[in-house]
Amino acid sequence: MADTTPQAEPAHFAFDDESNAAIAKILARYPAGKQASAVLPLLDLAQRQMGRQTGSAWVPRVAMDEIARVLAMAPIRVYEVATFYLMFNTAPVGKFHLQVCTTTPCWLRGSDEVVAACRKATGIAGWKETSADGLFTMTEVECLGGCVNAPILQVNDDFYEDMDGPRTEALLAALKRGEVPQPGSMSGRQASAPEGGPTTLTSLTFTPAE
Amino acid sequence: MAKVTVDGIEVEVPNGSNVLQACEAAGKEVPRFCYHERLSVAGNCRMCLVEIEKAPPKPFASCAYPVADGMVVHTDSEMVRKARRGVMEFLLINHPLDCPICDQGGECDLQDQAVGYGGDHSRYAENKRAVKDKNLGPLVKTVMTRCIHCTRCIRFSTEIAGVSEMGATARGESMEVGTYVEKALTSELSGNLIDICPVGALTSKPYAFVARPWELKKTDSVDVLDAVGASIRVDARGGEVLRILPRLNEDVNEEWLADKSRFAVDGLKRRRLDSCWVRRDGKLAPATWPEAFAAIAAKLAGLDGGRIGAIAGDLCDAESMAALKDLMGALGSANLDCRQDGAALDASRRDFYCFNTSIAGIEEADALLIVGANPRREAPLVNARIRKRGLAGAFPVAAIGTPADLTYPVTWLGDSPAALAEPAVRDMLKAAKRPMMIVGQGALARADGAAVLAACWALAAECGLLGAEWHGFNVLHTAASRVGALDLGFLPGPGGRDLAGMMGGGVDVLWLLGADEFDTSRIGADTFVVYQGHHGDRGAARADVILPGAAYTEKQGTYVNTEGRVQRGALAVYPPGDAREDWTIIRAFAGSIGKVLGYDDLPALRARLEQANPVFARPDILPRFGCGDLTGPAGGGAPGSAAFVSPVANYYQTDPISRASPTMAECTAAHHPAAALAAE
Ligand code: SF4
Ligand code: FES
Ligand code: FES
Repeated sequence: MADTTPQAEPAHFAFDDESNAAIAKILARYPAGKQASAVLPLLDLAQRQMGRQTGSAWVPRVAMDEIARVLAMAPIRVYEVATFYLMFNTAPVGKFHLQVCTTTPCWLRGSDEVVAACRKATGIAGWKETSADGLFTMTEVECLGGCVNAPILQVNDDFYEDMDGPRTEALLAALKRGEVPQPGSMSGRQASAPEGGPTTLTSLTFTPAE
Repeated sequence: MAKVTVDGIEVEVPNGSNVLQACEAAGKEVPRFCYHERLSVAGNCRMCLVEIEKAPPKPFASCAYPVADGMVVHTDSEMVRKARRGVMEFLLINHPLDCPICDQGGECDLQDQAVGYGGDHSRYAENKRAVKDKNLGPLVKTVMTRCIHCTRCIRFSTEIAGVSEMGATARGESMEVGTYVEKALTSELSGNLIDICPVGALTSKPYAFVARPWELKKTDSVDVLDAVGASIRVDARGGEVLRILPRLNEDVNEEWLADKSRFAVDGLKRRRLDSCWVRRDGKLAPATWPEAFAAIAAKLAGLDGGRIGAIAGDLCDAESMAALKDLMGALGSANLDCRQDGAALDASRRDFYCFNTSIAGIEEADALLIVGANPRREAPLVNARIRKRGLAGAFPVAAIGTPADLTYPVTWLGDSPAALAEPAVRDMLKAAKRPMMIVGQGALARADGAAVLAACWALAAECGLLGAEWHGFNVLHTAASRVGALDLGFLPGPGGRDLAGMMGGGVDVLWLLGADEFDTSRIGADTFVVYQGHHGDRGAARADVILPGAAYTEKQGTYVNTEGRVQRGALAVYPPGDAREDWTIIRAFAGSIGKVLGYDDLPALRARLEQANPVFARPDILPRFGCGDLTGPAGGGAPGSAAFVSPVANYYQTDPISRASPTMAECTAAHHPAAALAAE
């Protein structure tokens, strides 16, 4: 069951013009009669639209019902998909969705500190909770696929890498001020190269073929 | 065909079968939880593991593995046993050990298989998972912690019932089976979820904690709460019917049962007539059988036969109707009618009023026109067959009537007889090789019913529904007794009055045999009414003498379903109190006034039925005929322009038994709040 409180669940959901334009493009990708395949992109659109309109990017049930209507499928089939993927929030979240990776590589590299810093900076006690100011929700996630630069803190769509306690606190403070720091490695690492710069292929030079 | 050797037994199975089917063909039982032969294959429980030679050395899920020619299968090797024991151990990790308080106990697949493959103790010391129970409405009780995620219920509601309401939300450890948004299931077939759930996650809500299966006396019988005549098993303890389950009958109900037929049982205990009543000074007072008979005899004394009439109700067995008809004949009356709804049924030929294609025959049809019927509400099991045929593809369905969700795609062509002339109707029927038409009581129980019947037949004749090998004309009945009554000619004899003619003082004595479905206020104020039946419903309220009869679970009765299939119901418990089997009441009354009906026991009465109509000689067998004679029913006049309305507005309350049932009242409140309010 979705633990949506009655106040949180809006009475009505309709796709706005921006979403509708995207829907038209998405539906055109699938052969006639296979529109149900578009359920994932439409759930994503609904979540983003909610983020735009209310500051909380989640998919309320009315939005799932609307998607079922648009795609001519049974609502329960949309509920199944939306609840299967953890990327869809079926309950309201804060403006900044802090997704902390705590899987082994990140954990070995200090994800516990990231979690502690998030707690300290936001006042959130446990997973899936939203801070009193409504800005932050903290979620525990499994491997985000960025282990080379572990630990990872994903804020909404962006990866902040090579995190530790102080960097996390600084990041959250900046977010509170309304700044959006540049995503990527926070230790100055070049992409996912070794810390301090590349250590292999340093002497090779490429000359254009004659 | 593929040759497969199972445990040394060689069998041939059709290509495309799965290994599990091959094992069954060889008579080897393979345990299964998720596999069900009428549902799509999910292959998720892994209990059906077998070993296959010359395949990769691992156990295979036999339900999801196709056979190949020359395959050698072992269902009982050491590897198989070990693998199944492993699966069982995993299944039991989260399954509670609450069999002593579980209603499925004694008829639980998991319990049974655990005896064969379960360990003697658990190695799992961690916390078990607990899942919140779901509220699926008044019929299905859930204990979701017991769910083993076989997804049978999801597949049943999506595929067979045609209402996609059940699903699996979230995943992994958090996966839950349910409706997500709490709601009562809207299917008329939801009770079957209880049967297909292999564990005690879905059980019967009204039957919760009532009895254990081994305490019950089981009686095979036939259902009468609609005209389908589903095969049922009546489970009783002491003198009480506790539950009704479907029985396998491929020709009629496959293995399903509609909710009313399953859950109206509690109506059998309420509002029962268990003694005679005679109206004295305007008030009904208890009486003995001789007093009741004497009161009727006093009224009949010296009365001309033409002033006496009889109406047969919707739940009557053929035996009692035959006896009543004979009694009326002995009294010199030709005033008989069984059509309480006034349907313009033409009994001059059997195929004018039967479901000639047969229910199983629906699967051979390739186009369907529905006229004035809502099969989902009037006969859910017929509707399930139509849906099954529809899923097989290439089956256009068009309908004339009030648009409704029938669980399959329907082209609604109009709601009145005028739509019969639509070119689209003819195009669809003529393009088909085996087209069929279903005419409902909503098309016939109206002033222009005879004309509609004739027009439908004419359309059928024109569009090739009536072939030498194929009979595509079908009348869908809603009353279990109707076809039997028509077969017996329980209709006005020469010069006799029909139901309307008996109203408003048309007769002086009116014998109602379980007749409750017409407006009893139309009966003349001075008419003396005898009500013979089992429930204190509309008919009994108007009666001057009440004779307590037996309900369908309490007598040996013959019923003819809408197809014209003759079936025998059986006695599961004895009628309550003074109540008696109905034909014996009529025979005893005839004796008390010195009339001889000519039969003293059931075999003699059944011989009389056969003599009245040879169809009664062949119970259970339904010979299928083509149509040899295209001449249609008499008809008369032109069809009017009024819209067709289904006679069943509220599926859950259609007869005295379901109206007395608290469970059906709850369903009415859940699904038809307006109707429930009006009833209060
Ligand atoms: S409720 Fe029963 S039928 Fe449904 S998935 Fe669970 S175990 Fe299977
Ligand atoms: S373990 Fe954290 S990103 Fe892979
Ligand atoms: S029965 Fe084969 S996997 Fe469940």
